[in-house]
Amino acid sequence: MIELQQLCRSFQIGDQCVHALDHIDLKIESGAYLSVMGPSGSGKSTLLNMLGLLDTPSSGEYLLNQTATSPLSEEPRATLRREHIGFVFQSYHLIPRLTARENIELPLILAGMPPKQRRPLLDKVMTRLALSDRAAHAPKQLSGGQRQRVAIGRAIVMKPQLLLADEPTGNLDSTSGREVIELLEELNDEGITLLVVTHDQNIGERARRELKMIDGRIASDSAGNAVATRTDV
Amino acid sequence: MPSLPVPTSEPMRSADLIAFNLKLIERQRLRSAMLLAAIAISVMAINLLTGIGEGGKQFVLAEFNLLGKNVLIMLPGKRETTGGIPPLTGETTRDLTLRDAEAIARLGNVSAVAPLIAGKMEISHDKLSREAFTIGSNRAFFDIRQLDVAQGKALPQLPLEQSQAVCVIGSKLRKELFGTKPALGQWLRAADSRFRVIGILKDKGQGLGFDMNEAIIVPVASAQALFNQAGLFRVFIELRSLDGLQKSQQRILALLKERHEGKEDVTIITQDSLLWAFENILNTLTLAVAGIAGISMLVAGLLIMNVSLIAVSQRTPEIGLLKALGCPARTVALIFLSEASIMALSGALLGILMSELLLYLARELYPTIPFTTPLWAQLGSALIATVTALLFAAIPARKAANMAPVDALLDKKAGQA
Repeated sequence: MIELQQLCRSFQIGDQCVHALDHIDLKIESGAYLSVMGPSGSGKSTLLNMLGLLDTPSSGEYLLNQTATSPLSEEPRATLRREHIGFVFQSYHLIPRLTARENIELPLILAGMPPKQRRPLLDKVMTRLALSDRAAHAPKQLSGGQRQRVAIGRAIVMKPQLLLADEPTGNLDSTSGREVIELLEELNDEGITLLVVTHDQNIGERARRELKMIDGRIASDSAGNAVATRTDV
Repeated sequence: MPSLPVPTSEPMRSADLIAFNLKLIERQRLRSAMLLAAIAISVMAINLLTGIGEGGKQFVLAEFNLLGKNVLIMLPGKRETTGGIPPLTGETTRDLTLRDAEAIARLGNVSAVAPLIAGKMEISHDKLSREAFTIGSNRAFFDIRQLDVAQGKALPQLPLEQSQAVCVIGSKLRKELFGTKPALGQWLRAADSRFRVIGILKDKGQGLGFDMNEAIIVPVASAQALFNQAGLFRVFIELRSLDGLQKSQQRILALLKERHEGKEDVTIITQDSLLWAFENILNTLTLAVAGIAGISMLVAGLLIMNVSLIAVSQRTPEIGLLKALGCPARTVALIFLSEASIMALSGALLGILMSELLLYLARELYPTIPFTTPLWAQLGSALIATVTALLFAAIPARKAANMAPVDALLDKKAGQA
């Protein structure tokens, strides 16, 4: 489903060139469950943004469903994000003036879907995430765990193939954190490809495949057959 | 594995776009109220000024239409009538006399002549007294000024030099002096003279600045005695036909020159020259309106731009989120532009309503002046407001639309990327 080929992303900070991603080779199969761990600044978030088509590589190629994405302009990339990728962020990124239900509805609205088609999809997601009785609540009236559930609802309402979670439990206590991770795993069981970036060893170890990043490189990959090897350097 | 669909994107539905923006506007009440006020005030300024200008114009037109095209007004004193208001108040070099008026009446194309002396006089009946606008004229005056008599009759046909103790009064003056009692046949006192009321004017608005409802009309010779003044204030000259207007004007001037020892010391004004002069003033007024409106729009526009720029930086994470959700750049721009349009249109509506209300009050206060904003000004001001809002929101909208998704999402400033 996903293939990164010699992908680099570097930033210029002052006169220093920082390689946030340094010649990454990575293949991810459909339905996989990966965790990405590593110290701060190791490039985990950059990798997630890259996979989510939020960022563009400095060099190398990213193939999504065998389609090269680097030649694409922002418009088709936006469409790809909308159709195929869901995001879950550490700080939820909910829109405060919208209710829980409206936040989940947002991707459908932005996709120009008529209200009649939106309703059944929304109802299903609200039920699935046990948020039906919180539908009319504003984000600030919800607990952290509930907010993250709303954010997950928003991420999956368009039925993406890939779910990218950046520290999804970072702002949560251990109980709600566990609930959130279990929810994500259930979605993975239903077929969605799940990638979780985390600091938390316990959460990282739950994934079927664990990546560890150091200095913009994949230092270890629990799936031996797909270990990134640096062939050209 | 399913292959990628052809990347196409449906635009956001308008109803959803409006709902989304309304929530935003409702959420930021203070900011929205400020913007709304700025737009409303500038739209109101345009509509109010146009309404007043148009009202004035209609008023002036109606005034002079009362006169008729074939009526000339002669005043003592020589003035240039081009490029400015014709003199309505005159300092006299040499009096215009009743004899002059009689001489003019004998000219070929002249059908009627009405001399005029006017001033304020204390008029009393029994114990009631009132300062009234007193006009000395003749029978022809009623025809030329199209004054109708509601009760009794107009001034009698008299030789100009003959005075008579009769008067015709306006309806308001009648009410003030007589109340509900009959006025016809009663005597009024003005200074040392007495006048018998022989007619009461039909209720009519103002004309050429005189409120005929408050006026008292007496024979011109009586007025001369009353004011102790021989010189005429005006002479209205009605021509038989418009064809010889230019020629008749010259003949009248020549006649007066001959009668005034070779000096051309009178001014003749026509409806056209008056209208033309007023047209000039009104055009200047229109320019002033445009200037004021332009400035207030500019201020509103700058305010919109600033507020939008602030909104873009405040809403950077939200823009990032929208982009992460697959919202294309033009939809992001559309969200900002449509917010500006909604504000502009509601502001314009508010402004139009406010100006309508104020003009309504103005009409209540000054019923004789038809203050109304023409439709083109209302539509035009709404259009200008919307275009201004869009122009000034375009820069912030572009800024928002062109943000890199990852930067917007993480709200990184220029340092990285």
